[in-house]
Amino acid sequence: MQISARRMGKTTILDISGDIDLAHSSEVRRIVLTEFREKRTPRVILNLLEVNYIDSSGVASLVEGLKASRDVGSRLILFGLSPIAHEVLQLSRLLTIFEIYDTEEKALEA
Amino acid sequence: MRRTGWLLRLELPSNPEILCVVRSAMMRLTEELGFPAGECRALTRAVDEALANIICHAYGSRPGQPIELSCRRMQARTSGKQRWGLEIVLIDHGVAADRKKLRSRSLNDVRPGGLGLYFIQDSVDVMQYRSQARQNRLRLVKYLPKAKSKPQIAKGK
Repeated sequence: MQISARRMGKTTILDISGDIDLAHSSEVRRIVLTEFREKRTPRVILNLLEVNYIDSSGVASLVEGLKASRDVGSRLILFGLSPIAHEVLQLSRLLTIFEIYDTEEKALEA
Repeated sequence: MRRTGWLLRLELPSNPEILCVVRSAMMRLTEELGFPAGECRALTRAVDEALANIICHAYGSRPGQPIELSCRRMQARTSGKQRWGLEIVLIDHGVAADRKKLRSRSLNDVRPGGLGLYFIQDSVDVMQYRSQARQNRLRLVKYLPKAKSKPQIAKGK
């Protein structure tokens, strides 16, 4: 799994590729929490276009990121969910608690 | 109940990096057996989550500990009809799971953790857990849809 960051004004876009599973979810969690808790980034957008698989530990990392964003009054936005990632969030009944968009443009406009 | 020979047997170390390999194998196996696409993904997810639980909880995230994964076709009578299915057995030698905790949490409870067991239970028809003589055994069974009751993969013995 790889994560790279792009900064656009008050927004950080994290481009993630690979699987967010037990082997890698802690890295996603650490980077997302750092954005909110240490850098106080107002808006973090996760680009999941290149993420093929998310397991329960990955979902937990996203939920923790969302809670951290709310704690500091920031926003966590997701876009580009693969069908498998969408299915996992749907199965977890978490689709409605996240801000989710199809494209980066729509996520940036939100 | 009727069982065939093993379709897949893997001896795995308790390393999270191996999970992507197992997912690939499970996806291909379930596709070859004739499960619908959604059930292939669900079964793959179930095995992935079960292995993750073993790594994290039975072995306390210690790498290099042994896990056995075995899959075979089976035929059993359910609801008065003979049906083919896939039997998956996972064996580890770590700390036994607390039976009281072998329940998935409510999905209305939005918090990290506790989802894995729900994913497993949601994906299979049978889930049995047994711990005996320092061996923990998780057995999962998923039956093929009635219209596809004959497995498509090459015959076992």
